[in-house]
Amino acid sequence: MLRSARDVCFALRPGVLAGARAVLGMPARVFQDRYGPDAFAMLSGVSLTNEKSYLIGKFARLALHTANLDYNGRFCMVSAGVANKKALGMDRSPNPWSDIPLADVVWTAGTNVAETFPITTSYIWRARDRGARLIVQDPRVVPLARTADLFLPVRPGTDSALFGAVLHELIRNDWLDHDFIAAHTNGFEEAAAAVADMSPARAAEITGAPAARIGEAAELWGTAATGMLLHARGIEQQTKGTENVLAAINLGLATGKFGKPGCGVSTITGQGNGQGGREHGHKCDQLPGNRDITVPEDREAVARAWGVDESEIPGKGLPAQALIEAIHAGEIKGLLSICFNPAVSAPDTAFTAEALDKLEFYAVIDFFLSETARHADVVLPGSLHEEDEGTSTTGDGRIIKINAAVPPPGEARRDWEILLDIAERLGRGEHFRYSNTEEIFDELCRASSGGKADYTGATWERIEAEMGLFWPIPEVGHPGTPRLYEGGHFAHPDGRARFHAVPYRPPAEVVDDEYPTWLTTGRVVSQYLSGTQTRRIAGLVAQNPEPRCEIHPILADSLGVADGDRVTVRSRRGEITLPAAVVTTIRPDTVFIPYHWPGRQAANQLTIRAVDPLSNMPEFKVAAVRVERAEEGDEP
Amino acid sequence: MKAARYGIDDRPIFVIDQSRCIGCEACVQACEECGTHRGRSLIHLDRIDRAATTQTAPMVCMHCEDPTCAQVCPADAIKQNEDGVVQSALKPRCIGCSNCVLACPFGVPKYFAEVDQMMKCDMCTDRTSEGYAPMCASVCPSEALWYGTADEFQETRRGALVDGWLFGHQHVTTKVFAVVDDVEAGPIDVVGGTARSWLDDPFGLEEGAS
Repeated sequence: MLRSARDVCFALRPGVLAGARAVLGMPARVFQDRYGPDAFAMLSGVSLTNEKSYLIGKFARLALHTANLDYNGRFCMVSAGVANKKALGMDRSPNPWSDIPLADVVWTAGTNVAETFPITTSYIWRARDRGARLIVQDPRVVPLARTADLFLPVRPGTDSALFGAVLHELIRNDWLDHDFIAAHTNGFEEAAAAVADMSPARAAEITGAPAARIGEAAELWGTAATGMLLHARGIEQQTKGTENVLAAINLGLATGKFGKPGCGVSTITGQGNGQGGREHGHKCDQLPGNRDITVPEDREAVARAWGVDESEIPGKGLPAQALIEAIHAGEIKGLLSICFNPAVSAPDTAFTAEALDKLEFYAVIDFFLSETARHADVVLPGSLHEEDEGTSTTGDGRIIKINAAVPPPGEARRDWEILLDIAERLGRGEHFRYSNTEEIFDELCRASSGGKADYTGATWERIEAEMGLFWPIPEVGHPGTPRLYEGGHFAHPDGRARFHAVPYRPPAEVVDDEYPTWLTTGRVVSQYLSGTQTRRIAGLVAQNPEPRCEIHPILADSLGVADGDRVTVRSRRGEITLPAAVVTTIRPDTVFIPYHWPGRQAANQLTIRAVDPLSNMPEFKVAAVRVERAEEGDEP
Repeated sequence: MKAARYGIDDRPIFVIDQSRCIGCEACVQACEECGTHRGRSLIHLDRIDRAATTQTAPMVCMHCEDPTCAQVCPADAIKQNEDGVVQSALKPRCIGCSNCVLACPFGVPKYFAEVDQMMKCDMCTDRTSEGYAPMCASVCPSEALWYGTADEFQETRRGALVDGWLFGHQHVTTKVFAVVDDVEAGPIDVVGGTARSWLDDPFGLEEGAS
């Protein structure tokens, strides 16, 4: 029956989808009776609205009754999230973006702002118009870097050494805010000890960035009255992503650059609802309000909001990459996924495809037939964000309203309606009585009450009337909180921020004679994430029809490769053949491939499944590869 | 976002700051969507030299005071509005010779064989005459293309506005401004050299970086 379901649903013929939804509830229960509750898992996505993110957290726990729920933010913002919680006590950008123009120094670290978050460039230009200095830290001269005062060309996977050397220099030159450190932080001595031997000269050897430039970065940051350090996947998608972010936060704490206008260290989110999507409980260890699923008081609070006994809420599940490995190992047999395209976005695509094909039952809710959906038994056509209303929380923590422009076409339905339907068929409908998404939002706000991501005072009406609201909004009528940590009051129970000792350690895989070149991956301006939407838009495809491998002329010459030649790039996981773009804008020891494409064009054929031990983020940004001219007849 | 609307006495100006271009092509898409030139994009977005730089450059018509395109047109088909905006070739007059395409120092006019007519950026006359910003400037996310009054520019932006260009011996004055760092800078010498910067050696190879 399931095989026939696969066949008919791929054709997406009218009339059969209602039947497919009817069977979906059944396999989950069959698996759970046969293999235990956690053998059926769910994967979600952070591009969903707040309402859907919340609903999915509740659906997986109360309807599917599985612990194994995680989301694609595991490949996106989790390193920043863990570091923010450890150092500052909560996970949100400390600043509204309106603080960026107030900074005297703007430092972007591992963030290709212009191509991946274009509207943020406007805030940086406004800082520049005030005379702000710009530092750019990246293995490539990304578009924003052209205008930088100081460029720090780091080798992939070495960012914590660079931050360590900057802290070393701040200390050596006494560019410290001693009062702030004493009054508002813990752990400075340990952090200082960890970088005692990380001189700029040593960091230059590790990072490849000239020592003089590292010293200059320390001086610019240490002597400026205000400064913002903005970071993204470049430093976060590493096996030490959390450490890199902690090391960056150390620089903000050491110089007192928190809780004041134009001061902060902040991640730049990677997806449409990259902030809100990581707050409402569809992470494997999280409950609404950004609560911790392992903490008894947090569980009790959410159980009360949901009207269930605390024991009904499953415990902590597997994070996304471990979940895919558990599928591969045969421990998880059934899966429901939404808004997640791991066939393109997970590391080591050959392994991911093997895992998905091992599933005994796999159902996908998506608005297009993604590469991942091709592995599914049942595909339920869901909704685009233009086809539903709800809220999203911006990169700087402002809740905004999205209105539906059109209804879902044909047999497609709104995602939340599909989930309600499945919950009904699982016999758990009594927990999912909503007639619209505003009711889901109101429940989300109640469930978040008292948590860190507190939406208590938010309503759709206020969000629209006040052009968005910054959380936390801990009471009805509360104005919201655009800037966090004012007066040096951090979100840890004692109100103090934490320095962390970050000694340098190398990435999981380093170059050697066999694989002598560093690979780093990222995005291009005309494509978005795994391309499920943007690879279907002609104008955007025309701009970047296929991935190209960026390679410096020094390396290209040594390999006999000219611009436009096809090259084969091999790692220990796989290989890809694609045209070379010979450019002087990348380090000579590093190649870059954008990751938006599937199958034989997927950059993730090469990447490694090693993860950050704290955040479980895979190391998309660093791998060892061998580049060669492609032989005649090599498959494209 | 509320669209700014300018009155007749506000005299908004168009400013290009190439250094801020991120190559997203939003301007190209927006231009193409305009109904007045039938799905054709009249703005240019060039990759300058991808081997050496990520620099991309949007090019609208600069609307020269004494337009070279009109000077070389044998059919007298290219006209200027009273406000100095240079229009596409008049359809009944244009003979499709492409003299203007070859002669324009900025490379702006495009000849479309299927309609046998030269078409070019007219600074969205349909929009600007109603007080709205041209399509491209209204969508540019990085303020490389900017439309507003000179006062608004002075209040919010750094750098000097330049409207003079040297192409060898030809001196051109344009209605559209470019942004330069040096307030004392004279006309932009298009064939002149550029100053040295860290971009000549971004990875510090000359400093002996590894």
